[in-house]
Amino acid sequence: MGVLVGKNSKVIVQGFTGSEGTFHAQQMIEYGTQVVGGVTPGKGGTLHLDRPVFNTVSDAVKGTGADVSIIFVPPAFAGDAIMEAADAGIKVIVTITEGIPVADMVKAKEYVKDRNATLIGPNCPGVITAGEAKVGIMPGFVFKPGHVGIVSKSGTLTYEAADQVAKAGLGVSTAIGIGGDPIIGTTTLEAVKLLMADPSTKGIIMIGEIGGELEPKAAMWIRENGTKPVVGFIAGETAPKGRTMGHAGAIVSGEHESASAKKKIMRECGITVVDSPAEIGIAMAKQLA
Amino acid sequence: MNIHEFQGKSILAHYGVAIQRGYVASSAEEARHMAQQLKTETGTGWFVIKAQIHAGGRGKGTIQETGSRGVVLAKSLDEVPEKAAAILGGHLVTLQTRAEGKKVNKIYIAEDVYAPGASEPREFYMSILLDRSAGRNVIVYSPDGGMNIEEVAEKTPERIFKETIDPLTGVTDFQCRRIAFNFGLSGNAFKEMTRFVRSLYSAYVGCDASLFEINPVLKTSDDRIIAVDAKVTLDGNGLIRHPDYAAMRDTTEEDPIEVEAGAAGLNYVKLDGNVGCMVNGAGLAMATMDIIKLSGGDPANFLDVGGTADAKRVETAFRIILKDPSVKAILVNIFGGIVRCDRVAQGIVDAYKNIGNIQVPIIVRLQGTNAEEAKKLIDESGLAVHSAITLQEAADKVRTLIG
Repeated sequence: MGVLVGKNSKVIVQGFTGSEGTFHAQQMIEYGTQVVGGVTPGKGGTLHLDRPVFNTVSDAVKGTGADVSIIFVPPAFAGDAIMEAADAGIKVIVTITEGIPVADMVKAKEYVKDRNATLIGPNCPGVITAGEAKVGIMPGFVFKPGHVGIVSKSGTLTYEAADQVAKAGLGVSTAIGIGGDPIIGTTTLEAVKLLMADPSTKGIIMIGEIGGELEPKAAMWIRENGTKPVVGFIAGETAPKGRTMGHAGAIVSGEHESASAKKKIMRECGITVVDSPAEIGIAMAKQLA
Repeated sequence: MNIHEFQGKSILAHYGVAIQRGYVASSAEEARHMAQQLKTETGTGWFVIKAQIHAGGRGKGTIQETGSRGVVLAKSLDEVPEKAAAILGGHLVTLQTRAEGKKVNKIYIAEDVYAPGASEPREFYMSILLDRSAGRNVIVYSPDGGMNIEEVAEKTPERIFKETIDPLTGVTDFQCRRIAFNFGLSGNAFKEMTRFVRSLYSAYVGCDASLFEINPVLKTSDDRIIAVDAKVTLDGNGLIRHPDYAAMRDTTEEDPIEVEAGAAGLNYVKLDGNVGCMVNGAGLAMATMDIIKLSGGDPANFLDVGGTADAKRVETAFRIILKDPSVKAILVNIFGGIVRCDRVAQGIVDAYKNIGNIQVPIIVRLQGTNAEEAKKLIDESGLAVHSAITLQEAADKVRTLIG
């Protein structure tokens, strides 16, 4: 079970033959993900990692029946790659690429919305349904199968949370890395809605950071519609105002975008918010006990 | 990436946006020469001299050394060199700078655009930026130009207007007209304003900007619409297709250590605390700063070493953190996924030995692939490095060491 990706997902890799694409495709195959082929314009008709390479995403969809794509295309061309995937009928588009121009994402997001596809990322670690399919760059072994859903803007902090979940004797249903850019395809709220509706998910960990309003929006929805315990953490309590902290979207422009303001709203909406990132796993275990 | 007013205006002019014309100068003689040229071309008799620094509030700011304002008016060609000299080389302190101010290396000599004429000049405010929650660009504007826009937003929010732009159509004609109507314009000024908005938006998209703030947009006494100031921020990710704009970066405006870190592929932000940190991943780095604070310390920096965390990067990161004399301890927090912890540990040991003479305690927390081997490697290295595996252990060690 889980959401977005599972053991029946047929995955293609855009940017398949590049070094990143090759390395992570191998890792995904080892994890058990059904990687059915890939796309590299100009290399169609060849084989790579024993799988067919196509010139276009629509060829790949026709040739393999793929419904999920993971994108490792360089930043200047990644916006176009997203639109190509949506045009070809791919349902879940996971974009790993970091550094895509914001103007390209504004366009790509709009394009994807009109075509009923779900875009994850960019600048994210991807999605993993533990024990079934890994469509991303996360270390698979950290995610033990179980019933905790994770939504996070940050890669390594997601691994940290999954590790704490395992140490607390629990496991992960699906972990969704939504990415740290100012424009992302799937918001915290949309990811939370998916997990709230997933029968195999019993509790949700929501990890955010300074900047933007994604977490408060998710929190307000949870207050009205939440049916499962939610544990939250917001990174950047100590970050100075007006400075970008690594992720392009992680900047406090107004008081309401600070960690403390977000945590306050989340608490008011009934979310168990931890101040220390070392307590995420324990807090979830207490909620599910 | 922030750029100077004169650079921003050159981009605007390239896209056909009418601007207050001017030239940049870096000496008093050059200033006079440029003013002469400007007089020939525009007929202006008065000249506005503007300090070029990456901070707002220049007009009300003061040059520490001379007492001059950051923006001054010269009422003749002869006044230009002296007034320019009072700004150049000095340190300009504004509400947006630190107490020591910013050194002025360049000035902009601009035409006087407030000359009286057939109608009263009027000042407006206009900015273009990304509305993150809508995923669209938005034009924010107000008939109350020339003022602090935050103040307008607070006192008279009904005087602030917004136009959200559909990315598939760009700014539409009716939106341009609505803006001109909301400014209360008519006749030629109305037409000029619609043209101004259209070209300003095409400049914003064309140069991959992340912020345009034009304050003021001026309606001149002869009904032209021009950008008198231009705060332009470019999207760093967009620079891959604008090498000419990438070359506009002025590193003298940035913290020199941050510039050095950036060149080494490290994302470093200097803070005011006493515990340095080195982390892989931006979110985990912020979380590590938070845990330092919860352990009784104050983070001295943000530092994301990125995905590879090899020995060379680790060494550079240590050297950069150690440049800050207020650092009393360093917490290394690496979650090894694809990268193996024992490799990172070896990198840390090598870097430690290479640098030699490290006076502050180092706590290394390695978790993930081969974490146990990594801990063993650190513990047996004989160096004054404390190891930890869980985040809580690392936090407790920070507390003990700085307590």
